[in-house]
Amino acid sequence: MFRTDHYSIFSVLAEALRGQTGWKPAWRQAAPKSGYDIVIVGGGGHGLATAYYLAKRYGTTNIAVVERGWIGSGNVGRNTTIVRSNYLLPGNIPFYETSMKLWEGLEQDLNYNAMVSQRGVLNLYHSDAQRDAYVRRGNAMRLHGIDAELLDLNAVRAMYPWLNYDNARFPIKGGLIQRRGGTVRHDAVAWGYARGADRLGVDIIENAEVTGFRIENGRIAGVETTRGFIGANKVGLSVAGSSSRLAAMAGMTLPIESHVLQAFVSEGIKPFIDGVVTFGAGHFYISQSDKGGLVFGGDIDGYNSYAQRGNLPVIEDVLEGGMALMPRIGRVRLLRSWGGLMDMSMDGSPIIDRTPIDGLYFNGGWCYGGFKATPAAGLCFAHLLARDEPHEVARGYRLDRFRTGHMIDEKGMGNQPNLH
Amino acid sequence: MRINCPFCGERGNDEFSYLGDASVVRPDPASPSAADEFYAFAYERRNVAGPMQELWYHTAGCHAWLVVTRDTRTHEIFEVKAAQDVAFGRQKTADTTP
Amino acid sequence: MTQTSRVTGLGLVDRSKPLDFTFDGVPYTGYKGDTLASALLANGVRLVGRSFKYHRPRGILTAGSEEPNALVELRTGARREPNTRATVAELYSGLEAKSQNRFPSLSLDLLSINGLLSPVFSAGFYYKTFMWPASFWEKVYEPMIRRAAGLGRAANEADPDIYDKANAFCDVLVIGSGPAGLMAALSAARAGARLILTDESFAFGGRLLSDVTTIDGMSGVEWVKSSISELSSLPNVRLLPRTTIFGAYDSGTFGAVERVADHVAVPSAGEPRQRLWHIVAKQTVVAQGSTERPIIFGNNDRPGVMLASAVRSYINRFGVAPGQTAVVFSNNDDAASTIDDLVRAGVTVAALVDTRASVPEAIKLRARKQGIRVFEGAAVADALGGQRVSGARIVAAYGTSHTVGCDLIAVSGGFNPNLQVTTHLGGRPQWHENLAAFVPGALPKWMTVAGAANGVFSLASCLGDGAKAGHAAAVAAGFDANATAVPHAEDEPINVSAFWHVEAAKHKAFVDQQNDVTAADVRLAEREGYRSVEHLKRYTTLGMATDQGKTSNVNGLALMAELTKKSIPATGTTSARPPYSPVSIGAFAGEHRGKHFKPTRLTPSHNWAKERGAVFIEAGMWLRAQYFPKPGETDWQTVVNREVTTVRSGVGVCDVSTLGKIEIHGTDAGKFLDRVYINMMSTLGVGKARYGMMLREDGIAMDDGTAARFADDRYFITTTTANAIKVLQHLELCRQWYWPELDVQIFPVSDQWAQYSVAGPRARGLLAKIVDAPFDISNSAFPYMAAAELTVLSGIKGRLYRLSFSGELAYEIAVPARHGELLMRKLMSEGEEFGVTPYGTEALGVMRIEKGHVAGPELNGTTTAADLGLGKMASTKKDFVGRVLSQRPGLADPNRPRVIGFKPVDRSARLRGGAHFIAKDAKATAENDLGYMTSVAYSPSLGHWVGLGLLSQAESRVGEILTAVDPVRGETTLVEVVPSAFYDAEGARLRV
Repeated sequence: MFRTDHYSIFSVLAEALRGQTGWKPAWRQAAPKSGYDIVIVGGGGHGLATAYYLAKRYGTTNIAVVERGWIGSGNVGRNTTIVRSNYLLPGNIPFYETSMKLWEGLEQDLNYNAMVSQRGVLNLYHSDAQRDAYVRRGNAMRLHGIDAELLDLNAVRAMYPWLNYDNARFPIKGGLIQRRGGTVRHDAVAWGYARGADRLGVDIIENAEVTGFRIENGRIAGVETTRGFIGANKVGLSVAGSSSRLAAMAGMTLPIESHVLQAFVSEGIKPFIDGVVTFGAGHFYISQSDKGGLVFGGDIDGYNSYAQRGNLPVIEDVLEGGMALMPRIGRVRLLRSWGGLMDMSMDGSPIIDRTPIDGLYFNGGWCYGGFKATPAAGLCFAHLLARDEPHEVARGYRLDRFRTGHMIDEKGMGNQPNLH
Repeated sequence: MRINCPFCGERGNDEFSYLGDASVVRPDPASPSAADEFYAFAYERRNVAGPMQELWYHTAGCHAWLVVTRDTRTHEIFEVKAAQDVAFGRQKTADTTP
Repeated sequence: MTQTSRVTGLGLVDRSKPLDFTFDGVPYTGYKGDTLASALLANGVRLVGRSFKYHRPRGILTAGSEEPNALVELRTGARREPNTRATVAELYSGLEAKSQNRFPSLSLDLLSINGLLSPVFSAGFYYKTFMWPASFWEKVYEPMIRRAAGLGRAANEADPDIYDKANAFCDVLVIGSGPAGLMAALSAARAGARLILTDESFAFGGRLLSDVTTIDGMSGVEWVKSSISELSSLPNVRLLPRTTIFGAYDSGTFGAVERVADHVAVPSAGEPRQRLWHIVAKQTVVAQGSTERPIIFGNNDRPGVMLASAVRSYINRFGVAPGQTAVVFSNNDDAASTIDDLVRAGVTVAALVDTRASVPEAIKLRARKQGIRVFEGAAVADALGGQRVSGARIVAAYGTSHTVGCDLIAVSGGFNPNLQVTTHLGGRPQWHENLAAFVPGALPKWMTVAGAANGVFSLASCLGDGAKAGHAAAVAAGFDANATAVPHAEDEPINVSAFWHVEAAKHKAFVDQQNDVTAADVRLAEREGYRSVEHLKRYTTLGMATDQGKTSNVNGLALMAELTKKSIPATGTTSARPPYSPVSIGAFAGEHRGKHFKPTRLTPSHNWAKERGAVFIEAGMWLRAQYFPKPGETDWQTVVNREVTTVRSGVGVCDVSTLGKIEIHGTDAGKFLDRVYINMMSTLGVGKARYGMMLREDGIAMDDGTAARFADDRYFITTTTANAIKVLQHLELCRQWYWPELDVQIFPVSDQWAQYSVAGPRARGLLAKIVDAPFDISNSAFPYMAAAELTVLSGIKGRLYRLSFSGELAYEIAVPARHGELLMRKLMSEGEEFGVTPYGTEALGVMRIEKGHVAGPELNGTTTAADLGLGKMASTKKDFVGRVLSQRPGLADPNRPRVIGFKPVDRSARLRGGAHFIAKDAKATAENDLGYMTSVAYSPSLGHWVGLGLLSQAESRVGEILTAVDPVRGETTLVEVVPSAFYDAEGARLRV
């Protein structure tokens, strides 16, 4: 008999013979204990990954992940599933590449197939200036040992012959491709980390909303939740769009605004878009899922919001970009649109750092880069929580960098979160 | 989302540009703690979940900056004022504060 | 033999208008007023599609937009549309439809073998397999999965149809035109409210078209006709049939799509296929009716299993009998009407199977009068048959099993109010135990729900509810009127007793038919801990198909509630995300595609430049002349070299009208500009111009340009083309919000002035022929950085600035935009004797790099004034925006990369933008990265390539040899660090 807590084709076949009745829950429904070494607030991808790496790599297993609703209910389950490490600045590149490498071994590590699919991320350019900006980026990646290729128009045409080349307001001139980039089945990331963490003894506590922090003499003592007080030596916040609300409970004001980013999926159609394509002249990027749905998105709505929904102008803006780039999708139908809360930082880059309160740590400000960062954010936050010092690839993600003028501003938009 | 511009009437939010929190006020550059105050002004945000005063600019209209009071949870708009009027009001208050 | 299932005397289709169509290449005929589904059923076609995963044969389950099964590819070629619901596709002459997701054919689908493998293909099986070896995912497993993915195929070519967008404003929007919607519309319209009534169907009336009813003594259909006729006669009413309200957005804004020409083969010339409406309503009445739920039993997906309400639609609205022998399977009183309608259509009703232990006497009596067997406390456990239902296995009370032959099972598990739109803004539906359904929860104050959507089911109460809602909406929108009288209709309550699935099913029992999610999959999800309703959906894909779970979400939720022994409300709720039903991407894009994706801004000299044979380039929204080839010049580099050389030796003219132009007036204008520029502007003399730099508040360079002063209280400033709007917005913020006390007015005049750069040693000679006497253009009277208001070309108001971007003796001359073309033509004709050349953005760029001026690639949003080599410009005598924060250690660090010049060591080598700098003998790694090349150009003046770049410790490296590495282009070039001004560094040429 194959162990059904280990996933493989053999366990699936064995289970098929007995009507799939032998499977166990992927994670236990844990009840909170009175105290833990570490409590992670937020059962999203980052929180679950943090717990997993703490248990797996840093030998701490007396951990709880406290989640307000159901795990994976935040941005890990509401994004456009893209993973890539095609960043520009030295403060970001090694971090996202660490993430990329973790993605590449994730499924074997977790024994959970999250469908990490490296079908390439192609950024199109439409002018010489844009080309040179992508060259600068591609070269920065290459200097960091990351794959990047500059494609000319013919090479782009060969990959996607049906893009709008001949009747375009902003003609395509070429692209920069990271072939190792791609997509991951987003929900499975949360479930895979949850199952992995659970098997290492982490308590995942759902439906427990944090209502306050117990801080004694400037040091964290635990969290108040709707399921009672939970003591902790250290508390890590990993709550994305809710960062400011929770920080306020601990008396902190963050360099973060919450904004809504909409995403879209079409009806399932026979696959014709192999990788991820981003449009350099409009706010539009797209991939096609293994179920056949076109998954796409664009800019954030642009105003502070805690509503997980957006408005028509941005929907139209995104779909206009889609039609400008891919006029063959005009008769494909939009199936669903939704919004996620982005914890937009003031320079577009994240924060993984201690806070002024002893024992309280913060991971946030992910803007819309949080999903692809999940494994590395988990690893680096785990490192910080375990060792009390930043992981080497996350050294730049300090909370005080705005005070000292060491911003990591990929887009050069300054302190205006809605432009990042 | 529709914003009732005091000069142009009610318009869709696509006519406007957003800046953000209107409760942060540009500090006095001559203040001895100007560095800290400007840091807070430029970077720290209360990021209110609820009614919030914020700055919008009527890009495709009259070019007025507006102070809009809007609930960030529901997007309901309670009040729209010309930013210049609010700024004058603020200065008056400051003048009369001993 | 056609339309064998059409019933004489029934239906609202127009039998005088037959329409030919094909399905999978087979020709059929239907009538005007048919949907593709009703026409297929009329022709006896039952098998219409194959399911997503198991490729099971599927028929037609519903008669509306909730259809999960009958999806087809409609039309062909560039107009091919995948996944079109046959149940809403309006029949037209020449319609071509194809079944999808089958190989090789619909009746023989080899992939149906997946059904046999279903014990393996359980929910979530792929999360557990396909992990080894890792590289096999992209190479083997995923291609296999992707081959099987999706249903229909997108067109291969660009959509040839056009799409339109429109805005509408109303007092009251009524969504849905069934009894409640029509009454709401009549009430609001009679009160005088500006009203919009929408319906997703091509005919108004909703269920009144599908049920046999009497209203005020006339048939429901007659009443619909008279109501619509009254509404269309009112000037304050707009009727929008074929229009789906797909989403509710903030402040009473709705998105709607009108299918203008989907009911014809090809739209007529200029006619849009669809129109996207933005409807802004003061008040809205949601009257979208309800959707019947299936019951989960074995083989409940077989062609011939149909919702009872759909059976009645096909009979009453379309005059089609969807079977010959029927079993009615129900948990509610509505079965009585189904039996009546079946009998009237000549369908034999073999049995009424009711899950309730005791069926109301009246219904039993009606059934027995027709000789129909009644099974109480019973259920259809399994449908029998393969590609078509051949019978029903009924498990009666006490477990006895009966097989009844039939080719139609009309099923009703109760009704779900259509609440989707009420949840788009975050509303949470509430569970109503007696109705066994979710009803609307809290709503925005401008929205009400009426009729079946509100959980009100009898006809009389729907009419009453609608009348009340319509009247209330009109009153809330400010209309004062008496309530409208409610017409008389029957008021039979529909009792329902919750029943979700049949335990005794032996075959696969489907919850979500399109995504092939079975009851067993839901059980598996529960077993594995995916118990939250959202986990259930995501793990099994229940409700994620193109029908958006309209017939499956509540059933799945109820099944999970049973399994976890929780109540339905404790298990979850159903909220929907827009769109209400899927909407074409083309409709959202409207006319914004192809060349019209974004507006194109043309400069005042555009027409002239086009005549002149200019090559244009997109520069933001602008289309600018890039260069002007002469006949015979084939290589752009040759042209640009000639343009540069001509400017440097003679004279050239370039249209720089795209610069942002702003008038700053008022007694405090100087003070104001001092606060926004890093350098002093209040000290600028009248008749003078000065270069200026602005920072963002965070201390980073925002924009550069010039300021000219024409009077004590009158300045004129320019911005870069790219930042014209941003700078204006910033200045307005400063004026209105930071310093409202200053006496300053700001006028954007970018589009008012045509402005040309006239550059080169012979520029003065040319301009002397343009400016009107007695203006003295001599060097002494009008020196470098002078500015003047004057007239040109015999009386045209103009402005002249002695500014130079090229580094030559140069001017910028401006006239009102309407005279711009004339001025350009004059400059060319008068310039002939000086050998004038027009030059474009390329030559402009070459000359600015030769001069070492910074532009967009250097002003990249992360550079400070000091980084750009302009740190000394910053005044220390005043405050300005960005001053305080520019002093942060990270920005004041002297080791930050700064702009500097580069020459190739091998003067014949080419430089490349985006190359990174590495010390000469160092390895090309990130640790050794010293900066990158921002701008490059071939300098015809120097005869080699020149570049600007951002380099760490730039000044101290002047003279050093570095390697410019460009791995993505596969190039490596040795470069020498040099001062950034390559050409006439001392600036002698521009002062002559």
